[in-house]
Amino acid sequence: MSVKSIREALNEAMRDEMRRDPTVIIMGEDVAGGMGAGGEQDAWGGVMGVTKGLMPEFGRERVLDTPISESAFIGAAAGAAMTGLRPIAQLMFVDFFGVCGDQIINQLAKFRYMFGGKAKTPCVIRTLYGAGTRAASQHSQCVYPVFTHFPGLKVVIPSSAYEAKGLMTQAIRDDDPVIFFEHKAMFDETGEVPDEPYTIPFGVANLTREGKDVTVVAIGRMVGFANQAADALAKEGIECTVIDPRTTSPLDSETIIASVRKTGRLVVVDEASPRCGLASDISAIIAEDAFDALKAPIKRVTPPHSPVPFSPVLEDAYVPSVADIQESVRSVMGSGASARVLEGAD
Amino acid sequence: MKIDKQRLLDGYRTMRVIREFEERVHKEFMTGQIPGFVHLYAGEEASAAAVCQQLGEYDTVASTHRGHGHSIAKGCDVMGMMKEIYGREGGLCGGKGGSMHIADLDVGMLGANGIVGGGAPLVCGAALTAKTLKTGGLSVAFFGDGAFNQGTTLESMNFARVYDLPVLFVLEDNGYAESTASSWSIGGHDPVRRAEGFGIKGARVDGHDYFAVYRAAEEAVAAIRNGEGPRFIHIEFTRYYGHFEGDAATYKKPGEVQDERRYLDALKFFRARTTGGGMLKAEDLDAIDAEVDTLIDAAVREAKAAPPPALSTLTTDVYLSY
Repeated sequence: MSVKSIREALNEAMRDEMRRDPTVIIMGEDVAGGMGAGGEQDAWGGVMGVTKGLMPEFGRERVLDTPISESAFIGAAAGAAMTGLRPIAQLMFVDFFGVCGDQIINQLAKFRYMFGGKAKTPCVIRTLYGAGTRAASQHSQCVYPVFTHFPGLKVVIPSSAYEAKGLMTQAIRDDDPVIFFEHKAMFDETGEVPDEPYTIPFGVANLTREGKDVTVVAIGRMVGFANQAADALAKEGIECTVIDPRTTSPLDSETIIASVRKTGRLVVVDEASPRCGLASDISAIIAEDAFDALKAPIKRVTPPHSPVPFSPVLEDAYVPSVADIQESVRSVMGSGASARVLEGAD
Repeated sequence: MKIDKQRLLDGYRTMRVIREFEERVHKEFMTGQIPGFVHLYAGEEASAAAVCQQLGEYDTVASTHRGHGHSIAKGCDVMGMMKEIYGREGGLCGGKGGSMHIADLDVGMLGANGIVGGGAPLVCGAALTAKTLKTGGLSVAFFGDGAFNQGTTLESMNFARVYDLPVLFVLEDNGYAESTASSWSIGGHDPVRRAEGFGIKGARVDGHDYFAVYRAAEEAVAAIRNGEGPRFIHIEFTRYYGHFEGDAATYKKPGEVQDERRYLDALKFFRARTTGGGMLKAEDLDAIDAEVDTLIDAAVREAKAAPPPALSTLTTDVYLSY
């Protein structure tokens, strides 16, 4: 056990699996960097440096820099997975799924079903998501709800260095296609991470804290924000349970339902756009399965229904904040600025 | 090199199975018992048959929405295919895929594909597997003239070239992408030159001539196996039926279809050339015709008699574990 960043945790998971299994390969734009160039090789190690050092250890045969052709190399990862390799393909920014969506949603996701259970496509697509780095509308989105929508894909969104390593190891060993979301503002966040390989199972939520008053479900980077909000609220006497689903497909809805049955209140924090997002999905599950347990209306904390803006002032206003979460929790408790709409709910 | 007698008979049989399969599917579709979209390969048989004759057990192919011919030529079970097209239990994909998604990975058939241009990237991946695991295999992307204008295909040609992947790109140009003429839609009007623009050597052949396709494929496959990287073949032929079953094909000139069947028929050409030149005996081909008719009859009979898939299979095979 030692303190590692999310970047180091992910690198270690991929390195260990590549050492263990010769069929694991990495492919994507600049995953090493410098291909065909006269200067430094392994110059980048991926746009965030996560795969740095892997090409020198495993060679260019297993760490493939690709042309900027997402359709070709994401599709090639699907084809390679179907025929015996375990590719880890890096879709640099998830926003770019717009140029290779077919290969993910119509090909990779569907082979097993369309082919009557005969295909096995163990493929991990690593991809960057999230706002907060002034990267503007085409490099900041959280489109994991899109992938969660498609049967056949598994969707993983780690919230810490410990989760990142265990979930990545599981993703590589998993026999189904996995879309693995990495928040671009979190790579330097550190935590205690075991040195040896370990897996975290998919579909098992993690309760980062337990409290009797409100259930807060948060996704990805929002888990940390929710914990900060819960710390502050505890000082006001409001005790929160914070649930990190870790994977949105499969989703551990049982744990969320069980918690809401105890607390009677739900706040869902999601950095994705509000319409048809995870916050809406989880809210619908609770409205359907635990309506009788609710003491207050469900509250969703999301950005507004707008593209991600560039200007720091606008972007900071766009991303859900710790204060937004606190405010929503207070409102479902029947206090705070929004209390009037909830009169008599408790 | 001379094509030996047995290979010629095998090639003819494959073409004959494809033709009879498609003619029967066309006929049976009219009865309303075949659900969904069906796209027929009749008229294009020489391509699938002669190209797949160059392939072995470690080689793979990706096909198109018009995939029955490639599936048959790569060794998919005809009975299982017919049941799949009827959406019945015992179909190659358990009735979950249908005509547009027939696949059998056990014989290297990576799937028909409902997305125009969907197959070429997959083939690059299969070729990458073959290269990485050193199986000696190659992979063939069959795609139509419509898909030749899709970015996926063009990206894949570049990708295969920069990594020298063992890929054979086979452009099956039947003259029409749905209802749009390929003579109009392929800018530059010269597919081989387009391939050469990617640094991939190409050849253009008459797809009604089994021998021409066989020679071109044989040469290209030998080069690929020799480590020379990807190759390209532009095969021109005609499709006898519309884009899909039910397409009246009014965009074709009056009489075009009848003339095609009269003058542009790979099976007729094959029979005339092989029996006229003394390579094969007419009775050998007649015997294949009779055997194939019986086979396809049986496939249709079995498919119609097969039960629908159990409702319990609706949600199976989405994941290996979930």
